[in-house]
Amino acid sequence: MELTTRSLWTLIHGIGFGGLYLLACSGALVELCRCYTAGNQTPLTEDDGRFLRIYLVAMSALAWLAVLTGAYIVYPWYRATPPPGTANLAAFPQRLLLASPSTSAWHSIGMEWKEHVAWLAPICITMAAGVALQYGRNLKDHPQLRRTVLGFVWISLLAAAIAGVFGAMINKSAPVNGGSVIHIVQGEQK
Amino acid sequence: MSAQYTSVPATSAAQPDGAGAAAILAAGIGALALAVFAILGDQSTAFKNLMIFSKPTGPLSGVTTCAMVLWLAAWGVLHARWRSRSVDLARVNAIAFALLILGFLLTFPPIADLF
Repeated sequence: MELTTRSLWTLIHGIGFGGLYLLACSGALVELCRCYTAGNQTPLTEDDGRFLRIYLVAMSALAWLAVLTGAYIVYPWYRATPPPGTANLAAFPQRLLLASPSTSAWHSIGMEWKEHVAWLAPICITMAAGVALQYGRNLKDHPQLRRTVLGFVWISLLAAAIAGVFGAMINKSAPVNGGSVIHIVQGEQK
Repeated sequence: MSAQYTSVPATSAAQPDGAGAAAILAAGIGALALAVFAILGDQSTAFKNLMIFSKPTGPLSGVTTCAMVLWLAAWGVLHARWRSRSVDLARVNAIAFALLILGFLLTFPPIADLF
């Protein structure tokens, strides 16, 4: 069982940061709905406010790590230009997708959308973290602010989900591979 | 821009909502800026070349960096103006959501290609 450094970075970007962000989104939505709605009569403690602040700041960090590793580590490998006359495009995913009409839309729609829409996630969640840092548990006393933050977190979830789904499907059609090989486990020989 | 938002009374909480409104509106501005820069980079070769801040990443590097700088600048300016006031939050929220949804839709290539 082995892995290339490029596929390891793709995993770190997609599953490590992106996947964890998607999971964390559901937690943020539940927390914002459960604790900060006007109908909730339980008084919020300073710990509740601190928890929300730390949680949203951690989510912001995840979102930024996901887009930055995607744009500056994985994407350059994806869009690499093959030397003239290259017949095997396996190491050039973008060109491999564009070479066939049955796969070209994965780039022209999938990657073109993913590479931009993904950045809405850190914008939205950083805003949410900023509001939480500013208001903490007092967010409960600002229902309009809370509803808007909730809406932006929903949009960030949608943006991250679009990026994640297209990322997974694109990597399935034209995987980012190459770099040095990392041997994980030596298999048994038959 | 701030004058029209200053006369609204604060909510039941003592803390004014201006700082939150600034963050929300700036996020909407950032989302739309991202989509507009992406479309400009797609439509104009000169702008596309201008946006290549990092050669391996290509125009995406400049498009996203410029959008993030504009978003943070808008946040900073709005925060400085609104942090100690209460504003017409319903109006700010509506504008911010409209900008965000517009930005979201404009990143979708079939829509972006209409321009």
